[in-house]
Amino acid sequence: MMFQKVRNRKSNIEESVVKKILLIMALTSVLSLGLIAFFIFMEGLPFMFNYGITEFIFGTTWDPTNQVYGIFPMIVGSVLATILAIFIGAPIGIAVAVFLVEIAPPRVAKVIRPAVQLMEGIPSVVIGLFGMVIILDLIRRLSRGPLSEFLPSTYQTGYSVLAGAIILVIMILPTIISISADAIRAVPKEYKQAALALGSSQWQTIYRVVVPAAKSGLIAAVVLGVGRAIGETMAIIMVIGNTVLIPELGWESIFAPVRTLTGNIALEMGYAGPEHRQALFATGIILFMFIIIINSITIVLRKKEY
Amino acid sequence: MKKHHLLKVTGIVALLTLAACDSEDSEDATATNEADEPASGDAESSNDEEASNLEGTVTISGSTSVQPISEELAVPFMEENPDTRIEVSGGGSGAGVTAAQQGASDFGAVSREIAEDETGIEEYVIALDGIAIIVHPDNALSELALEDVTDIFSGEVTNWSEIGGDDTDIVVVSREDGSGTRDAFTDIVLGDDELIDTALIQNTTGGVAESVANDPNAVGYMSTGSMSDSVQGLNIDGAEPTDENIRSGEYPVSRPFNYVSNEDEPLSEVAQAFLDFILGDDGQQVVEDNGFISVD
Amino acid sequence: MFNVKPNHMIKVKRSQRLAFTMLSLAALLTVIILFGILFYIMSQGFSVISMEFLFTEPRSMGTEGGVFSAILGTIYLVALVLLIATPVGVGTAVYLNEYMPAGRFKNIIRFSTELLAGIPSIVFGMFGFIFFVLMLGDYTGGFSILSGALTGVMMILPVIIRASEESLRSVPNTLKEASLALGTTRWYTIKKIVLPFALPGITTSIILSIGRVIGETAAFLLTLGGSLLVATSIFDGSRTLALHLYLVAMETGDLQMALGSGAVLIILIIIINFTAAGLFKLLVRRFST
Repeated sequence: MMFQKVRNRKSNIEESVVKKILLIMALTSVLSLGLIAFFIFMEGLPFMFNYGITEFIFGTTWDPTNQVYGIFPMIVGSVLATILAIFIGAPIGIAVAVFLVEIAPPRVAKVIRPAVQLMEGIPSVVIGLFGMVIILDLIRRLSRGPLSEFLPSTYQTGYSVLAGAIILVIMILPTIISISADAIRAVPKEYKQAALALGSSQWQTIYRVVVPAAKSGLIAAVVLGVGRAIGETMAIIMVIGNTVLIPELGWESIFAPVRTLTGNIALEMGYAGPEHRQALFATGIILFMFIIIINSITIVLRKKEY
Repeated sequence: MKKHHLLKVTGIVALLTLAACDSEDSEDATATNEADEPASGDAESSNDEEASNLEGTVTISGSTSVQPISEELAVPFMEENPDTRIEVSGGGSGAGVTAAQQGASDFGAVSREIAEDETGIEEYVIALDGIAIIVHPDNALSELALEDVTDIFSGEVTNWSEIGGDDTDIVVVSREDGSGTRDAFTDIVLGDDELIDTALIQNTTGGVAESVANDPNAVGYMSTGSMSDSVQGLNIDGAEPTDENIRSGEYPVSRPFNYVSNEDEPLSEVAQAFLDFILGDDGQQVVEDNGFISVD
Repeated sequence: MFNVKPNHMIKVKRSQRLAFTMLSLAALLTVIILFGILFYIMSQGFSVISMEFLFTEPRSMGTEGGVFSAILGTIYLVALVLLIATPVGVGTAVYLNEYMPAGRFKNIIRFSTELLAGIPSIVFGMFGFIFFVLMLGDYTGGFSILSGALTGVMMILPVIIRASEESLRSVPNTLKEASLALGTTRWYTIKKIVLPFALPGITTSIILSIGRVIGETAAFLLTLGGSLLVATSIFDGSRTLALHLYLVAMETGDLQMALGSGAVLIILIIIINFTAAGLFKLLVRRFST
């Protein structure tokens, strides 16, 4: 602070330069998003209009060789796998979060917290490989064994919605756990103390007071899990069979092989035929739409919380 | 004091970068060492002089079926010409054509006939490959008529017992749309019939092999050159998928391996040299050694 | 709930015990899944790992030789991604948090960042293929470390921005105000007070985003190219360990070798996690107090 005046001028220049540089940096992510959206829509949208949006979205045949592009089976595949994954993953994830924050003795929490973090770090292809060898084998044994009477033979291969969902559960659990745990931690202590003081048991306090108070955070966690599940690609194509067929209605459908939207892109991307590629970009648009909807829900929920 | 701390952080970043650079340098050093030694010590390398003039990179992308043979061809070529790099990547036959059309790669690798609408490219057949119809090693069948294969893949026949096997339902495994292997297979085997829509789809050679190797009821198809003992290749119409049978056409399911390049841009010197090497005797020997079929 | 009618307190206790058991079981299940995967990969893959495996180049599509070029490819890619993403990400966070007045424009940037975070990696991959590999191929070298890194930067930017913003927000206002009251400029305050205070959080987020790059496959499948050779510059094609694992497992079906790379990957991830945790503690001790 000794050379205040010289410094002031110098630092004023520095200040304005820095500010401009930082602004440019801040615009990078907007620019990235803009570029991605622009390219995907530019490649995919004209195709969608030419082909017909309804035929594209609700068409049930995907046969690029004969210029038939209906992605409804993939939408069903993505939705089925995601719903099943959330159905299994959300209760487990929230349960672990409650356990971690409210019940676990510090020593146990010290083990689980890094374990969850480590789980988040496991590359999806490693989980996919595990699924391909272990989970597929288990499901195949189940569907060829005790369930073989009830399942059509094409549902007995192990490659299935169930296999995909199990992989997804492993991948979304860490997300759901850590965000739910944050939400539960954010519940004011006074709520709990009040409930306990009124003579509620610890469990009554948790499920009558803490969980309802953290509700929007918990929903946000689940919605974020949905986003991750819909977007997952590589591990999924290793276990889900990639068959373009809408499964029969009923519980059997969890044993049906399906293809997801992401899988459709990953499997066939890079394949020429300009039109085929445009169709894949159009698939990307649908995926993009899903993500925008899911993200908007999360953002609204998060705003509520603050 | 605070500056000191910031320095440490930059230090960490710098260390990372250094670590990266370091290993690169040492790798370079070992690479040149290895290259030097045989050049000076080996009396047999007589054509070293003309070869060592070559330098530059050749990039090949496309069909994953062609990838292994491209990589095997690259090894002796790079040994002979130490200043060259042959970079092989996958992506699929279609990606290979696009890459060649747009000049993103020197060569696109395509494991099927070039389609009529794929224009603007020059094509070179570098090898032939049979497509084996594969089943689990425990499958009692060892032979099928081509018609049976058509019936299986189009869904006319759904149980092994219908064609003389055990009484179990057939699990059909196919490649993804756009795959060169699938295109070739479809052309020859299916013709106008549609692939059965319940087929499991794998997007790689290994994926198909893995599915079939793990499922006694499964049937799939893959390049004969990439086949291992974990699956069993069937004789078709009485012909074993051997080199002679494939070349003579007695074994009916085969396709060419093509390299394609941009029509408007002449090949670089290295790319031309690599192509000459592949089509020459040494290159075709490598093709044979790796289980594919040489071209004349 | 039960047909028996014990008095109220016993019922409450019983349901609490049941609930807590269920919750602990859920936690136990999570830990079992994690260790199950780790154990499987390590027990199957560890036998493959040797000095030779780590330091020789792969041959025959990765079914022979080692993973040396994939390890180097991973290091190069991570280094390049961080070199670009760290300044841009932290810079964005600083601008959003310290300079930008609240308003529509700020919301747009925030929303874009959130949305970018939600985009599936395969979409980044298809964009990177069209834009960096094909369109800008003359400048990026087509399939190359540079194309992959630029795609990777887009992918992890939101992660770094969000985490940096959180760390910046945790800096007490009183500290900032005290510095500004002394007549310093905003940037001086940021440089000397805010950034050092937020450093532990930022560093951890950066190290954890390394994990994201290392584990990613879909975005790199069509941008890195997957060459087996050791890259000599950022314009060369390459492959990361995760990509190598995928390609070896799927293209060749050689699970043994794939599991070997899997084991190397797991070890890397564990090291990164412990480094992040350790460094965080160390930096907090040094800077934030």
